[in-house]
Amino acid sequence: MRLVSYKPQLTPWSSFDRLASLRDLFDSAFQLANQAPLFGPDRGWMPALDIYEDDDRITVRLEAAGMKKEDFDISLHDDNLTISGERKVENRDGESFRSERFFGKFSRTFTLPAQVKADKVKATYKDGVLTIDLPKADEAKPHKITVDVK
Amino acid sequence: MSEIVKRETAPVKRAERVETVSPVVDIHQNADGYVLEVEMPGVSKSGVEITFEDGKLTLTGHRTDIPTEDAVYRESSDADYRRVFDLDPTVDSSRIEASIDQGLLTVKLPKAEAARPRRIPVA
Repeated sequence: MRLVSYKPQLTPWSSFDRLASLRDLFDSAFQLANQAPLFGPDRGWMPALDIYEDDDRITVRLEAAGMKKEDFDISLHDDNLTISGERKVENRDGESFRSERFFGKFSRTFTLPAQVKADKVKATYKDGVLTIDLPKADEAKPHKITVDVK
Repeated sequence: MSEIVKRETAPVKRAERVETVSPVVDIHQNADGYVLEVEMPGVSKSGVEITFEDGKLTLTGHRTDIPTEDAVYRESSDADYRRVFDLDPTVDSSRIEASIDQGLLTVKLPKAEAARPRRIPVA
């Protein structure tokens, strides 16, 4: 959700980025072609998400720069993990020249590749990356079975 | 002419291609000058490199901990962030300040004293 006025044609700083006007032209062309934009007030924004898995745990990383850790909400329902949050616009005065950043709410839900111990889930937020550590449930871990060959 | 021959016979050295991604930016102006807010998730203070040369401000961000394990699903990139801005000549380059907090790089570009709007009292 864009809360900051975006005035690409009114910039007095035209030498700031020589490709800016060209890029704006392309952007507007794509926005016209795409009636249901991927990002926008209806869809919110979609921070990049990575999922890693090894024998013991699943690690989820979400790239969301410039947030506060209180602004994240993580919930687990069965195998479905939902990460939501809101990036608030900080008070800023003066004229805006370029606003490419997204503000507002986001929510991402996905099914985990294995069962996890819900009470052992931990999350940290560092350098703009939310990392969620989900230890696998014992029954989801691979077992080594020894078979006696007679 | 000899230069050309020399170049042809010398072993071709290709600069290592470095892929970078362009970070998103917000730019606004306040009474002091311009403020850039650049999103570089995964970059800590030690990974930021800012250079100013020939009127160009280059912002580079190296990601610090890139996961080594294989991803089941991946949307992010390992590439460094890089974006170059042509600076307004009224910016006082000696007073450029930068800080990074939770992957959000804030660069303050104060305008030179002479370029700021000034109210002149009538004597």
